[in-house]
Amino acid sequence: MSERGAPWLFILPAFFFLVAVVAFPVLYTVAISLTRWSAAVTEPPTWIGLANYADMATASPEFRNALLVSIYFTGVSVAIEIVLGIALAQLLNRDFVGKGLVRTLLLLPVAGTPVAFALVWRNMYNPSYGIMNWFMEQAGLPHQRWLAGISTVIPSLILFDVWQWTPLVMLITLAAMEALPTDPYEAAVIDGAGPVELFRHITLPLIRPAVFAVMALRLMDSFKTFDQIYVTTQGGPGTASQTLILYVFDQAFRYLKIGYASAVIIVLFLMILASNLAVVYLRRAAA
Amino acid sequence: MRAFHSARRVGVARQVTFYASLVLVLAFFLFPFFWMIINSFKTNERIQEYPPAWAFAPTTGNFQDVFRQTPFLRHAGNSLIVALGSVGLGLALGLPAAYGIARYRFHRVGVAILACRMIPGVSFLLPWFIVFRSLGLLDTYTGLVIAHLIITVPLITWIMLSFFEEVPVELEEAARIDGCSPWGAFFRVALPLVRSGVAAAAILALIFCWNHFLLPLILAGPRTKTLPVVVYSFMAFDELNLGGVYASATLITMPVLAMTLLVQRHFVRGLLIGGVKG
Repeated sequence: MSERGAPWLFILPAFFFLVAVVAFPVLYTVAISLTRWSAAVTEPPTWIGLANYADMATASPEFRNALLVSIYFTGVSVAIEIVLGIALAQLLNRDFVGKGLVRTLLLLPVAGTPVAFALVWRNMYNPSYGIMNWFMEQAGLPHQRWLAGISTVIPSLILFDVWQWTPLVMLITLAAMEALPTDPYEAAVIDGAGPVELFRHITLPLIRPAVFAVMALRLMDSFKTFDQIYVTTQGGPGTASQTLILYVFDQAFRYLKIGYASAVIIVLFLMILASNLAVVYLRRAAA
Repeated sequence: MRAFHSARRVGVARQVTFYASLVLVLAFFLFPFFWMIINSFKTNERIQEYPPAWAFAPTTGNFQDVFRQTPFLRHAGNSLIVALGSVGLGLALGLPAAYGIARYRFHRVGVAILACRMIPGVSFLLPWFIVFRSLGLLDTYTGLVIAHLIITVPLITWIMLSFFEEVPVELEEAARIDGCSPWGAFFRVALPLVRSGVAAAAILALIFCWNHFLLPLILAGPRTKTLPVVVYSFMAFDELNLGGVYASATLITMPVLAMTLLVQRHFVRGLLIGGVKG
């Protein structure tokens, strides 16, 4: 083997992977998004230009609904996860007995099989015998319909999402907090700063990069949340919890509208990209 | 003296508040997990009781039913075959790539691999569904192993990249001077030094494959269905067998938790990189 060719040979398999397994499917999706193609019939796809995109914009209330549901679900759950995650990290950022164990235990919601947890939550939310209504009763609150109610389904899914992903935000911000230098704190305490000032003026600015990074990550993943919603509600009741990803899934694999579904996928991808660019912009503006 | 005592009382009060809030936090995050295990030992009727039963005579009947009445083990085998195949192939592709990126500064390839994370899983799924259908790869292990590479390759490449970057270049340079080829330096010098990293990356990739639902939901069929799909269909088609649902949910989660304990130091980083969703 030639000495000069060797570096390329290390990379070649991964390059092959990128082309075959990533670039090809993505370009293929773009291409069929410009066609009318129903996989149910044996006809080949017909070229229709941007008509699928125009359909989405004008003729489809379902698409608009899915877009709004996605933004509602992702916006609220990510906001709660970030705030709660930082608060919990602040709580745990001290030495105490069993810290390692607590860290490990908090990995469980993020590590476990999402389908299994979704089945458990679905059952906990059961309106007639689920444990959630029992908790409501203990707190002196009225029973809820949870996943079965049009107005309660998204808040219920948000609670599930917050349960699952806040630990990740917490663990990442906690790691950032533990890596902070102690000098600024000592200086500020001498100057008479209280815990609130310390957090606002020292901790928060210093952990900002980690917070923005985890925010970008959560936005990306949250728009793609599939297992948890599909297993618990399949987008229902009606279309009350049909996010874009569930809408795409339905269009592609239930109605076999391959061309149209591909166009929606491209829009979803652009949304994920836009939300991440927004985080990058926010990060620059805050720095 | 009095000041000292009151300061200590404040300290104790703070400690109590802290541990109380800690217990609350843990209770919230561990409850569904606890409830899953508890319910898997209840009879079907008990699970649907209101108010929920906290004290009850535990039964292992649900687990026995799952093993006796459903091909649970066969599907667990499917999950294992797909995960192991995909992790094995992922190592073959990802290890040299990580080494190449770390040593020869192909950072753009690395970034491109990482960018996969932004792409929704369905945009891989749809083209593969069409291509696999025409190639007869639906409901085959080959198809599933290829599809799951989208999870294993980026994960393994990025975890291993940082391990390779920690290996001092001098060791390989010394080996090269002694007449080792670039591949010899990779296999005989660098790779043995990052063994623990390879194990961590492989286990993480195994967890993510084991947990994955969307790809096998569409690409697997009756022969190759993996556990998450099977457990989901228990619930979808047999709402009355809740005991079985809880028992299989517990069974599918346990191996994951055992593996998580092995790699917990790397787990958060794994989540940052991997886990293609929806």
